[in-house]
Amino acid sequence: MTIPSDPKQVKQICFDRIHIPNLTKLSVARENGAYAFLPTVLKEFDAGKIIDEVKTSGLRGRGGAGFPTGLKWSFVPRNTGKPTYLLCNADEGEPGTFKDRDIMRFDPHLLIEGMIMAGFALDVQDAYIYIRGEFLYETNVMHAAIEEAYEANLLGDNILGSGFSMHLTVHRGAGAYICGEETALIESLEGKPGRPRFKPPFPAVEGFYRCPTVVNNVETLATIPAILEHGGDWHAQIGEPNNTGCKIFSVSGHVNKPGNYEVPMGTSLRTLIEDYCGGLQHGSVPKVIIPGGSSTPWLLAEHYDAPLTYDGMIKAGSMLGSGAIIVMDETADLIAVTRRLAHFYAHESCGQCTPCREGTGWLERIMNRVEAGQGREEDMQVLNEAAAHMAGRTICALADGAAAPILSLLKHFPEEVRARLVENVA
Amino acid sequence: MSALEQPQFSEARKAEIARLVTRYPGAQSALLPVLHMAQEDFGYLSMETQKLVAETLGVRLMAVREVVTFYTMFREQPTGQYLLEVCTNAGCMLNGADELVAHMCDALGIKVGETTPDGMFTVTEVECAGACGGAPVVQVNNVYHEKATPASMDELIAKARSEGGAA
Ligand SMILES: Cc1cc2nc3c(=O)[nH]c(=O)nc-3n(C[C@H](O)[C@H](O)[C@H](O)COP(=O)(O)O)c2cc1C
Ligand code: SF4
Repeated sequence: MTIPSDPKQVKQICFDRIHIPNLTKLSVARENGAYAFLPTVLKEFDAGKIIDEVKTSGLRGRGGAGFPTGLKWSFVPRNTGKPTYLLCNADEGEPGTFKDRDIMRFDPHLLIEGMIMAGFALDVQDAYIYIRGEFLYETNVMHAAIEEAYEANLLGDNILGSGFSMHLTVHRGAGAYICGEETALIESLEGKPGRPRFKPPFPAVEGFYRCPTVVNNVETLATIPAILEHGGDWHAQIGEPNNTGCKIFSVSGHVNKPGNYEVPMGTSLRTLIEDYCGGLQHGSVPKVIIPGGSSTPWLLAEHYDAPLTYDGMIKAGSMLGSGAIIVMDETADLIAVTRRLAHFYAHESCGQCTPCREGTGWLERIMNRVEAGQGREEDMQVLNEAAAHMAGRTICALADGAAAPILSLLKHFPEEVRARLVENVA
Repeated sequence: MSALEQPQFSEARKAEIARLVTRYPGAQSALLPVLHMAQEDFGYLSMETQKLVAETLGVRLMAVREVVTFYTMFREQPTGQYLLEVCTNAGCMLNGADELVAHMCDALGIKVGETTPDGMFTVTEVECAGACGGAPVVQVNNVYHEKATPASMDELIAKARSEGGAA
């Protein structure tokens, strides 16, 4: 892999070589640069240097929360006498998100290499990829790639003669969105129902089997090899300050060419949708854009030129989340979509917090009523209050996510709801 | 397998499970993977099978029960030979998933959640499959069919029938 002369022209990191056929094979991946820089890292870098480079890169977690990765790694206590674990979050359950799947099924060695580097920096002996149970094909691809990596001494004992040893295991979930939340993921990996834990303690200090644990998203870990090879500064120049690098956006809904597109941070919604996704199926401006997965507040046509950055999405009134952009054109039935999402959150709530368990159930029941033309004016108020009451009062952020579509619908499209109420349809 | 027969893991499975357990700090961590294996081997997770898993891993039956009931992919009832799981979440809904489910149910003469009387097909609605770029998505025995259409599902059903149900 050659270091590009002008970093601003490089617009792909995780997908840089993804279009090459048969990349899942170790030999092909290696011909295309996989593991080329790994020996240098194992020989010439130490934990401090790696964490510094990742901090300098400005990389923020790609799983949804956008927490700075280098900072997270620096919180891991050293020499505790306990093992440190690295868990890759490949649960990918946020409606609209489908990016990690492509990294795993097309370029599994990129993820493995990122995990070896992260594991080396964090002194990890056992690492796991927690992959959603439905991704059976992707699980098999990862298994085969890991096996090849073991045979080539890229995993296992004394990796490439460096003295560093790390084992990597793929672990399948079994259909529970909540297991994408990092502490629920840990519970699940311990063989229990995925019920989030109270924080603190944070996983970095007390996670898997109460040992220091780092949980990172697939895309986050897949970005590490490029950062170490080209330098943190190189990464920091791509995108915008505080919002560096590229991001994979999973675009779905009413666009002509849905799919995953990796673009530099700061690209506008309009550019992404018009230039990459072939525009909308109907009409010229979207009715609603959900920019970061179903748990993020809705944006409207007036935000079409907003930049896709963590800060840009907050300024527009939403969040970048996992980069899952659901686009709705004028044909969308917003009440049906909201009802469907309300069902999702009610089904996926783990049930341990009353506001979430009860609240998601209520929201679903009222939305069912509204969609069926049996809602009443006071239902709108109850929806608003129930949703507002749930957010921020629970162990994890699922409840906030459940509130987001309801609050968005009522805030931006109250007339559409009102038109379906029983007094107006009868 | 008749109701009276006790399920047993094959020797190869036992060896696989023994190897797997060594990958974790505690044996209970292998519970989800072993339940997947049991479901693959026995079709669904009967109480007898859950007991077998509990014994194999040395965990309490209660712990197994809790996990089986928490996770939607674990099934305590048998399904048809072809399990057709249609995602109807936002991305798929915006691309015709509801019409697709209705069509499939009509074609098979069943409702969502039901199995055809010949035991061949079960249709369910599931949550986001993580493949919204290919909406609508139907998982057929855990294999993803993207950009599914009423015609492609008709074809799949006809093909399954002509093969006499060898899943
Ligand atoms: C309800 C819920 C679901 C989540 N699902 C995922 C997921 O599927 N994948 C993911 O990487 N992060 C998910 N997260 C975020 C994780 O808790 C965690 O922040 C992330 O894995 C950290 O990795 P990162 O710093 O590399 O982003 C979820 C969070 C919540 C509250
Ligand atoms: S907010 Fe909901 S999903 Fe999260 S821990 Fe509480 S009950 Fe469970």
